[in-house]
Amino acid sequence: MSGTTQDDYADRYARRVRGMTTSEIRALFAVASRPEVVSLAGGSPYIAALPLDAVGEMLGRLASEQGATSLQYGIGQGTIELRERICEVMDVSGITSASPDDVVVTVGGQQALDLIARLFLDPGDVVLAEGPTYVGALGVFQAAQAQVRHVAIDEDGLIPAALEAALREAGPRAKFLYTIPTYQNPAGVTLSSSRREEVLDICERHGLLVVEDDPYGMLSFEGDAPLPLRARRRHGVLYISTFSKTFAPGLRVGWILAPHAVREKLVMASEASILCPSAFAQAAVVQYLSTMPWRQQIKVYREIYRERRDALLSALADLMPSGATWTRPAGGLFVWVTLPEGLDSKAMLPRAVAARVAYVPGTGFYADGTGTGNVRLNFSFSPPERLREGVRRLSGVMEQELALRAVFGAGTRAFHRRRGAATADTPGPDMA
Amino acid sequence: MITGMRTVASSSAASFQTDLEVLVLAGGLSYERDVSLRSGRRVLDALRNAGLSASIRDADATLLPFLAAQPPDAVVIALHGATGEDGSLRGVLDLCGVPYVGCDARASRLAWDKPSAKSMLREAGIPTPDWVALPHDRFSELGASAVLDRIAAHLGLPLMVKPAQGGSGLGAAVVRESAELPAAMVGCFAYDSTALVERFVPGVDVAVSVVDLGSGPTALPAVEIVPRNGVYDYAARYTAGLTTWHAPARLASDVAARVAETALAAHKALGLRDLSRVDLIIDGAGEVHVLGLNVSPGMTETSLLPLAVQAADMDLGDLLAALVSRAVARGAV
Repeated sequence: MSGTTQDDYADRYARRVRGMTTSEIRALFAVASRPEVVSLAGGSPYIAALPLDAVGEMLGRLASEQGATSLQYGIGQGTIELRERICEVMDVSGITSASPDDVVVTVGGQQALDLIARLFLDPGDVVLAEGPTYVGALGVFQAAQAQVRHVAIDEDGLIPAALEAALREAGPRAKFLYTIPTYQNPAGVTLSSSRREEVLDICERHGLLVVEDDPYGMLSFEGDAPLPLRARRRHGVLYISTFSKTFAPGLRVGWILAPHAVREKLVMASEASILCPSAFAQAAVVQYLSTMPWRQQIKVYREIYRERRDALLSALADLMPSGATWTRPAGGLFVWVTLPEGLDSKAMLPRAVAARVAYVPGTGFYADGTGTGNVRLNFSFSPPERLREGVRRLSGVMEQELALRAVFGAGTRAFHRRRGAATADTPGPDMA
Repeated sequence: MITGMRTVASSSAASFQTDLEVLVLAGGLSYERDVSLRSGRRVLDALRNAGLSASIRDADATLLPFLAAQPPDAVVIALHGATGEDGSLRGVLDLCGVPYVGCDARASRLAWDKPSAKSMLREAGIPTPDWVALPHDRFSELGASAVLDRIAAHLGLPLMVKPAQGGSGLGAAVVRESAELPAAMVGCFAYDSTALVERFVPGVDVAVSVVDLGSGPTALPAVEIVPRNGVYDYAARYTAGLTTWHAPARLASDVAARVAETALAAHKALGLRDLSRVDLIIDGAGEVHVLGLNVSPGMTETSLLPLAVQAADMDLGDLLAALVSRAVARGAV
């Protein structure tokens, strides 16, 4: 017998599959799913805040009264009823002139990203994205064999000068800027109004397409978010959003707003990929938006998340060791912590899990393995007292790690190199 | 053959009862939870395929009430890491009067703690690489660089650093230059408060599964491990395609015999029972060294014991069922 790799297909996989490996970090997240562990690692909305009984009745009626259509195939672009509703939702965000014809319904925002990658990316193409950025987007761009060049951000989001520099460096291989301008995942920062104009001007000047991902824009805690990029420019911006954070991620309903020519290709690409989005999920969203107080529900989510953000921020202020800094999000789900000098978020994770607290190491949000000095904390899922307990445990872990590093001296970071993609450093989507 | 009995098709034939209720334990709170869940599913399927009635549970707060209400005929522990291997759970099963497959609490505790296991191997005259085991406190008391310098001078580079307790290569690192040692220590101490620093022995990595179906411990064919990137880390262990396993190992017959003999000696020296996996390395001179023992070997699709079972032309389900029968016959402590 000449040996086995336990994978008879090892030599047949496509190039883009390279780097899909299991990882130590994923193993640690498996432990973090147990109730003993305070998870600050997930990205799950607090679904318990929904009127679940009423939603249940609504879903029941959807099957009994509209089953002939809601359980049937639908059209690739998504139902006209839902696309009309989506335009009403976007109107609330400030995108006032959208036509239902230019909306493509997708399986969550994630499929929207995948379709855009299919349309625009050849192997070797460059995508500019915030550093750090959403790990799910990194996964899509990697699968498309594109290179991600990170553009630095600060408390006001993308730094225009850094964008200019990245564009100059990337040259014509740069296909688009992928950005989450509002309540960014993972950094929690928001691109300021003045910078929005600057960024749009730069992209316009260079003929660079903007892919605006806006899942969190409605989850604002301190007045309305700045107008989306797409509300400021009708051309040159593809706009992605989702009902995952404003209603329920389990339905997997998102959308893209794109100009006519792009939209037609998106529909064809989507049909080739999934035939059509779930008719039942679409009908459920239509019913929800038509018959239930969805704006009120967003206020409920906002209130809950604001209270939790405040609890997390005050716990951080009270308990974090000196040298740690963090962002102060005006909305969304996440706080981005910069660790005291010398700490390595990835190397520290097993110690954290042993102390029964979990976070996502910063490396999960960079294509190039940087981010060891950062962690992402989620505040949407756990109640305030659990958040405080999580920060208490995390601070203890950091103190221990700092003491240990003091004993062994500097230069102990960066020992662990990542094997595989950024997704190897982040939990699966089911992580609460 | 009587009703409810079957015979394991192998050289070391043994029969087993099929009218047994088996509980597989998997999950736990250790770093190897994910591996354990995979091992557990595989064990469950194998036992059911062998005709036994089997169910699976996590080792959580619902376990003891369940054992009291519906005591199974025996438990198969597919928990890896501390819960499954440090002996404590076995001790609790003893308290509950539930028989289980595998060694008792004491032997488990000794095998789990690598420095203890290595001491016992050395006392029994079984070669194992030179080592030092130190808790992190000792480094802060005595000064890390002074201690590390002594370790490097005494054992010589390259070194292997690993948690004194743990598995799946988590927290382990090969150190080729002394400058890499502090980072390796910090990485290791994230997993355990005591580090084992070992002389690194280059050579051929093999694992020998030992099973005892009633006629004494028997070594299954050694499995040779060839990781594609040269490092048998977590990803290489559990991502199909990243490691090539040769079962049986590509060894000359005299070396293969010595490997089997050494594994059996290690299994016996630690007082293990039913099944174990012994990890060994064969150096350039053909000398065999024991690196460690595993009392709850992995049972996943890429784990070593199932590969050895296959190489021995045995069926994993039949083997486990035979071990279950032995545990039932032995009864609780």
